[in-house]
Amino acid sequence: MADPIHQFEITKIATLGHIGGHEIAFTNSALYMAITVVGIWALLVGGSASRALVPGRMQSIAEMSYEFVANTIQSTAGKEGMKFFPLVFTLFMFILVANIIGLIPYTFTVTSHIIITAALALLVFLTVIVYGFYKNGLGFFRLFVPSGIPIYILPLIVFIEVLSFLSRPISHSVRLFANMLAGHITLKVFASFITLLGGLGIFGIFGATLPLILVVALTALELLVAFLQAYVFAILTCIYLNDAIHPGH
Amino acid sequence: MDPLAAKYIGAGIACIGMGGAGAGVGIIFGNYLAAALRNPSAAQGQFGNLIFGFAVTEALGIFSLLIALLLLFAL
Repeated sequence: MADPIHQFEITKIATLGHIGGHEIAFTNSALYMAITVVGIWALLVGGSASRALVPGRMQSIAEMSYEFVANTIQSTAGKEGMKFFPLVFTLFMFILVANIIGLIPYTFTVTSHIIITAALALLVFLTVIVYGFYKNGLGFFRLFVPSGIPIYILPLIVFIEVLSFLSRPISHSVRLFANMLAGHITLKVFASFITLLGGLGIFGIFGATLPLILVVALTALELLVAFLQAYVFAILTCIYLNDAIHPGH
Repeated sequence: MDPLAAKYIGAGIACIGMGGAGAGVGIIFGNYLAAALRNPSAAQGQFGNLIFGFAVTEALGIFSLLIALLLLFAL
């Protein structure tokens, strides 16, 4: 059976130089990140080029993605959250397009590496902390003290709140990474069943249609997951930013 | 027992925790669907809450998956 992990291998394309004995290379991961960014750029610049009153297809996609993210921010973080629109929109579009490009066979899924998702999640986490202290000062610590709690269980509640706050970047990054990793491994395992059964002769070819149908269905499911995980990442970013904007419970 | 075997058994046991998250996510989506069928006009407004509840519940399953991945590849 073909190795289902092979698709996640990072290979070097070109060497950019050495820093302190470590090689700085342009990898296939960097290439697909660049393709993702160029894809988003082409979509949005191409979509907003004509600026017609009655939008065409490209302009509709650009406007729908803008309005979708704007509505998400306003419903979770309020009007004040709109100053973080560029951050949330960038995260949403980058993850969505990277996930969808990764679904094309023989491509590399950028978001299936924890280093990428952890960098994105830590960016959000540090933004929340820095903006929370910048806007509220020490009042940001109210986030950990919910109101209306009896005083004798308050230390326990504060401990749990601090712990859940600190575990946010872990769950935020691992959710996206684990969903992409597990989905792509599942697809490859079922795809290898097709070739295994297909090699068994005429009965095998009849048997191989079952995993083939399953792979088509799983690809459709993965398309849903690709969108859902990008949306979950964006909405959690909004909810975390809402904590920095309005820290009182 | 062979330490490597113990590691793999431990990773398998850690994954049991994901079953709880599966049940939790099922309860969330099932209750959302039941409520949406009772009052379809209010369903759209609660979609964000649905996804938030789903994400927070799934996080607990992800922690057990994380332990399994750490046991398999990091420790």
